[in-house]
Amino acid sequence: MRGFPTLLRKELARFWKVAFQTVAAPVVSALLYLLVFAHALAGRVQAFPGVSYVEFLIPGLAMMAMLQNAFANSSSSLIQSKITGNIVFILLPPLAPAEVFLAYLLAAVARGMVVGLGVFAATLWIVPVPLHHPVWAIAFALVGSALLGTLGIIAGVWSEKFDQLAAFQNFLVMPLTFLAGVFYSVRTLPPFWREVSRLNPFFYAVDGFRYGFFGQSDIEPGVSLAFATGDFAVLSLLTLHLLSRGWKLRH
Amino acid sequence: MSARYAVEARDVHKRYGAVRALAGVTLEVEEGEFFGLLGPNGAGKTTLISALGGLAIADSGTLRVMGHDVRSDYRAARVCVGIVPQEIVFDPFFTVRETLEFQSGYFGLRSNGAWIDELIERLALTPKANANMRSLSGGMKRRVMVAQALVHRPPVIVLDEPTAGVDVELRQTLWSFIRGLNEAGHTILLTTHYLEEAQQLCARIAMMKDGRIIALDSTARLLAAFSGRVLRVKLLRGPLPEMLAADAVEDPAGGWRIPIADMAEVERALARLREAGAAIESLEVTEPELEQVFVKIMSLDNARLRGEEPVPFPP
Repeated sequence: MRGFPTLLRKELARFWKVAFQTVAAPVVSALLYLLVFAHALAGRVQAFPGVSYVEFLIPGLAMMAMLQNAFANSSSSLIQSKITGNIVFILLPPLAPAEVFLAYLLAAVARGMVVGLGVFAATLWIVPVPLHHPVWAIAFALVGSALLGTLGIIAGVWSEKFDQLAAFQNFLVMPLTFLAGVFYSVRTLPPFWREVSRLNPFFYAVDGFRYGFFGQSDIEPGVSLAFATGDFAVLSLLTLHLLSRGWKLRH
Repeated sequence: MSARYAVEARDVHKRYGAVRALAGVTLEVEEGEFFGLLGPNGAGKTTLISALGGLAIADSGTLRVMGHDVRSDYRAARVCVGIVPQEIVFDPFFTVRETLEFQSGYFGLRSNGAWIDELIERLALTPKANANMRSLSGGMKRRVMVAQALVHRPPVIVLDEPTAGVDVELRQTLWSFIRGLNEAGHTILLTTHYLEEAQQLCARIAMMKDGRIIALDSTARLLAAFSGRVLRVKLLRGPLPEMLAADAVEDPAGGWRIPIADMAEVERALARLREAGAAIESLEVTEPELEQVFVKIMSLDNARLRGEEPVPFPP
């Protein structure tokens, strides 16, 4: 683990240097969703008993922003390095695959957490959301960001062009995060779509995260955490395997 | 284990789809050598260097740096080698100093400030040390890449066409710096298209073509075997006297080139020119040139591939 701390520091510096774009922009997007949807749907949707729609929406939007930004961090860093060619400076030193994996993963998680905190900080003045079980909330924030950070590594390594990465983002990450129960409770869905939602790995992150705030969720939080952690473990092993083989990075 | 070489390649093969980039390369570079790897574009030089640094993975064969296998013992191998890639690449997020500090950290070196300062100074980057990489000229970016390859003081330094697009003054600075490193004991492996540079710097040379090594010897012996002195003559008017015309070839730069074995032949040629009453505009004797060696070896190999004649390889 000799080169790992530096690579992590570099990955953190990379997004922090352009925080306006990487942190402020997604916080503003989440706020816009909140204003528009809260205005359009408040009073029409009753998600959880005793929880207003605006309250219900905030943790979901925060988690969606965390998932999308964790993905964006690792994937865009890798694709930029590959396209500009400066990835050689990471491939030439004696960095072990696990070191590369951990550095990109932790930087993605850090970006997810910073963006999530930003969303809560920005919505505090609209509606302060209760926080019943902070440990659950933190656990889901970490696992959700880690899951998407890992997926971002795979997408960044796999893509050879920006439009390939954009396709990954627009056709996989965006739909799955949007349909992860951010704007509604899956309980309100018809039975078929309720079952389909359970196939969406991001759904467990959103639902479990919400449990941390309201103490209620569509699924038992322990079950959600097990699913999310299991998905993360599988993707991590796959990523480590791909990095060890030098897939798409070392010809 | 056999003797430890700075770089050792044994029957290295590498294919990119239908393209055979390396077709069985075997090569040893001794510690402390200044070694040149020459060849036309697409000969496989960069592929070989990439495989050495782990940027590419050879299909078969073994590659070692200071005795460490680049696959099974990649950490030790990569600590021993510093590669300056051919393309100018940089991270636009950081300054020159940040770039070097990060690179240093990737090798596990935490307090390397003194050496980084020295690199910045010796590569004449001091005025730009805290400037963003984006604001640097091409030549300066190239020198930062040289510094990046040297942050961990590798015993083996590989430069893949380091002077392409670099102006004369910078080239001189770079070469005196690299020569200094070689004198301090670093092994240098260099590829370049500037054959004069290779001739001046490299003690031994390998020539590659189509993924194979087609010549490998000391620079002096290659020059002796494949190049000789040439008398370059330009006349004010008229054709070359017939007695000389048989051996002469027209010089693309104007005039004629007459191969000569020794100085006595120069005397004879001059006497013949005088006899024929030729008016001489200019006259010079050129020393053996690596360029001639290169052209000759490449064309001999082409002839061999066409099945024309066996190639007389240098001893």
